[in-house]
Amino acid sequence: MSNEQVAQDLVAQFGEERIYGIVENYGLLNVTTTSETIIPLMHYLYQHPTFKFHFLTDIAGIHFPQVPSHEFGVIYHLHSLENNVRLIIKLYVTRENIAVPTLTGLYASANWMEREAFDFYGITFTGHPKMERILNMDDMDYFPMRKEYPLEDATREDKIDALFGR
Amino acid sequence: MAEIALVSNPHVGLTKAQENKKYVNDLTTLNLGPTHPATHGIFQNILTMDGETIIDAEQTVGYIHRAFEKIAERRPFYQLTTLTDRMNYCSSPINNMGWHLTVEKLLGIEVPKRAQYIRVIMMELARIADHLICNSILAVDTGALTGFLYVMQWREHIYEIYEEMCGARLTTNMGRFGGMERDLSKEAIRKINILLDDFPKGLLEFESLVKRNRIFMDRTQNVGVISAERALNYGFTGPNLRATGVDYDVRAMNPYSSYEDFEFEVPVGTKGDTYDRFLVRGEEMWQSLSIIKQALQNLPEGAFHADAPHYYLPDKDQVYGNMEALIYHFKIVMGEIDAPVGEVYQSVEGGNGELGFYLVSDGGRAPYRLKYRRPSFIYYQAFPEMIVGTTLSDAIVTLSSLNVIAGELDA
Repeated sequence: MSNEQVAQDLVAQFGEERIYGIVENYGLLNVTTTSETIIPLMHYLYQHPTFKFHFLTDIAGIHFPQVPSHEFGVIYHLHSLENNVRLIIKLYVTRENIAVPTLTGLYASANWMEREAFDFYGITFTGHPKMERILNMDDMDYFPMRKEYPLEDATREDKIDALFGR
Repeated sequence: MAEIALVSNPHVGLTKAQENKKYVNDLTTLNLGPTHPATHGIFQNILTMDGETIIDAEQTVGYIHRAFEKIAERRPFYQLTTLTDRMNYCSSPINNMGWHLTVEKLLGIEVPKRAQYIRVIMMELARIADHLICNSILAVDTGALTGFLYVMQWREHIYEIYEEMCGARLTTNMGRFGGMERDLSKEAIRKINILLDDFPKGLLEFESLVKRNRIFMDRTQNVGVISAERALNYGFTGPNLRATGVDYDVRAMNPYSSYEDFEFEVPVGTKGDTYDRFLVRGEEMWQSLSIIKQALQNLPEGAFHADAPHYYLPDKDQVYGNMEALIYHFKIVMGEIDAPVGEVYQSVEGGNGELGFYLVSDGGRAPYRLKYRRPSFIYYQAFPEMIVGTTLSDAIVTLSSLNVIAGELDA
């Protein structure tokens, strides 16, 4: 089972408009999908008789403020332990329509991973049993990993970015 | 003679739980943590107790969240090594090497064989230190303090080897992109040889105190059981997953840093209980010792770092006398060197399981996005499922055997 086989199979199953952006980064297959396809796609990969993607390694959120149509991303890392093949699935949502279906029905591990993505990026996962903050305090009123929040106090004038090469 | 009235005892023939029920009609809420001596870190468990039985549990995490992922977006790559130290602080060198491997993959640096072997030695020392503290603390939580005190001198010895290699003990910041900061010194080799010669005796002594101890076995067998299916579903990795019988080890499956050159076994358990986790960690220490021995015997000659002047700090005497070295030194320290655009995922077998770094670089001086896959954070979710229905003392032992490190949990 190779990366090409996985990519070809997914495109054949779901179509080119729902599985796109197929690239290989350092030997790791990356595919992009849509938030409508993610649940059937994950179930398909889980139940596939040869692929057997039974292990969800991680979920990462990401923010691209300069691309409003692809502003927030969710990156799923899957691992087929039997075949030792890893797969990265990405999907992008906009700020207005930021909901993504939850994976907790399939993977128990997705629970906290999704809460972490919500906590830091404000990506809401519909159907999640407890969509609350996890690492930050509950009464925080912003999503700190979004790029519009600078790391340092924005009101300070003594730290000029240009002097630090930033 | 006065007649003695025989009053029947209503409590005879009842189980312990039913007997407790007689006196306690409602449920008790118990806060285990945030600062509780038996949790080995700052995290809270809100337990709902029926007498002594736990019927529900909920964790609160984030007490020492330090926003490492946010900080990472503003710092040059080499300054992030110090952040990785502070995740699993029981095995900092593994975290450091994992981060170096990630950046080397992005930059395309080929690390010399000698540096890879030194890294393997350091990572395995770190694994021994990590498992040693987990296993001995587990014994302490069952009431056996002596073994813990015996093996602590060996952790101290390993920290002395770290000191030889990088000058620090706990937060090591060991190595550089492209190799090690310094070669294995004579003193370091002498100390590693002492460890190889004498540590087996110490470990055997510890095992003879605990491993077949009836009290310890009664306290840990069939406690905190999780099946292989549930463990995989919960994203378990490392010794906790292997205790359930799944032989997933990143070192064997996706070898990095020349792990393919060494012979070692991946020990697995059968039941996934606390005792199995203890045994798996114990056996992994023996395997780590064997890897260190092989690496030291077959240590290749050559350079201990790659020839990558853009990323590897030049020698100090070069900096003072050589123009190029001074320029590179300045550019590296000021973070003036941009990394290529790319996306990298690199994982290493950390003390607790698969420690992953997902790095998105937009070509700048700092990562665009860095996500740490922290094994503790992922498998700690399963804790309520593992302890519901057991007693408080079993919950403590289960938590201890999972080896949840607060720094890694919260990042």
